[in-house]
Amino acid sequence: MIKIDNLTKKFGSSISLDSVTCEFNKNDSIAIMGANGAGKTTLIRSILGYYHPDEGKVLINGYSPITDRVRVLKDISFVPQLPPPIKLNIEELISYVVTSSDVERALILHYANEMKLNIKENLNKSFFKLSGGMKQKLLIAISLAKKSNIIIYDEPTANLDPNARDDFYRLLKQNEDEKVLLFVTHRLEEVKELVNRQIYMDLGKVTSDERV
Amino acid sequence: MKNLSLIAYLDLKESIRAKWFLVYSLVFGGLIALFFIAGVTESQVMGFSGLSRLLLMYIQITIVILPIFILITTVRSISGDRDNHILEYMLSFPISLKQYYWGKIIGRFITVYLPVLFAMIIAIIYGAFKGAEIPWSIFFLYTGLLFALSSAFLGIAFFISSFVKSSEVALGIAFFIWIFLLAFIDIALISLMMQERFSTELIITISMMNPMEIFRVAAISLFDPELTVMGPVAYYILDTMSQKMFVFLSIGYPVILGLVFATLGFVVFKKKDLV
Ligand SMILES: Nc1ncnc2c1ncn2[C@@H]1O[C@H](COP(=O)(O)OP(=O)(O)O)[C@@H](O)[C@H]1O
Ligand SMILES: [Mg+2]
Repeated sequence: MIKIDNLTKKFGSSISLDSVTCEFNKNDSIAIMGANGAGKTTLIRSILGYYHPDEGKVLINGYSPITDRVRVLKDISFVPQLPPPIKLNIEELISYVVTSSDVERALILHYANEMKLNIKENLNKSFFKLSGGMKQKLLIAISLAKKSNIIIYDEPTANLDPNARDDFYRLLKQNEDEKVLLFVTHRLEEVKELVNRQIYMDLGKVTSDERV
Repeated sequence: MKNLSLIAYLDLKESIRAKWFLVYSLVFGGLIALFFIAGVTESQVMGFSGLSRLLLMYIQITIVILPIFILITTVRSISGDRDNHILEYMLSFPISLKQYYWGKIIGRFITVYLPVLFAMIIAIIYGAFKGAEIPWSIFFLYTGLLFALSSAFLGIAFFISSFVKSSEVALGIAFFIWIFLLAFIDIALISLMMQERFSTELIITISMMNPMEIFRVAAISLFDPELTVMGPVAYYILDTMSQKMFVFLSIGYPVILGLVFATLGFVVFKKKDLV
């Protein structure tokens, strides 16, 4: 589903991705690990089509996430490393997702509920005024409600308490069939149950890639 | 299409809640209120009277402050969202960059245009209520001029926003452009004129490429050309082309200028890394 071919991305003179080649297929649940600055976020952003590569390419189901971004992103759910300070209120953010991505509003509320996020009382609150954990729960609920075949999480559990983490992993377990699940994480032990492939990155390269 | 209106609508709602919008609306609404309190409509100075005088004063102040308002509030719209990672999340949904960018512009246009227009409409209504005669041709001209003024500076602001790296730089550039168009061009041209090295036609043509100068002249173009307030430039222009032609130019040119800059901004936005 995701094909990364000889991908190189530089920022000025520093190389963030150095000729990365790899493939992610259906039913792969991958933990991507590596030190800070290894290039994990850069890799994920390249999959989302945010970066113009210096060399190589990314194809998702045969399409480029840059030139065919609408088609490609229909099938991707993404939760970033840090929830951004979006100024829309919750209701507006939900309508943004519902309208742009054909997601059912009820499903977002359902998953928010499963994540124990009290969403009904906060619908008119600005997103950036929620606590870090609440933001993350909402973004996770949205990512699950979108029912994408590719789910990408960039360190999504940073702000979650242990109970919320358990909820999250439980929901993911229910939703991972027939999908590609990409997980950037520093806590392998937490996601061991979920993942069947571990990738280590360092200095912009994939240093190990094994199935477990 | 639904995404375009979605983005525009959400941006509009977001702006309306923002503090700058409150200040913005208060400034223009307050201006009108102040004119009425000061009795501008009752006095008669230099041949202008009643509502026409009020509208003229309103547009002359607006020409100066609207551009800087638009520039400083808008110049950070895209660069700011990029800086604080809002783009990284919002653009992970299947919305084309075209819809995102132009949706933002449309939303922002409505936000900046409606308050200045409403302030003028309120003036008309209140003036009529007090028994003043309504200068419809001036009202319609100013509606068009404000539209053109908003487009021009919004386009410039989005262009800057598409390429600047940091918000501070964006603000700096915005302020420079404003002061440059407001004063520097004129000062430079006046000194050129005094040296008499270039023809007056050339100098006037150059000064007319500045949208702010066009607005200044257009704002008084419907008044009697004999009036002394017109100044040599306005006099010269209205002497060379018909009034209709000039009014058409004074609205068409800035709108096109705004569209060109906005389009350039889009090209840059698309070419560059998004986050
Ligand atoms: N937009 C950017 N501009 C300049 N350098 C960047 C940018 N994004 C990432 N980098 C650099 O690329 C390297 C990899 O970053 P990143 O992919 O965020 O690492 P990770 O997510 O593995 O911690 C780092 O050295 C970082 O400083
Ligand atoms: Mg990272």
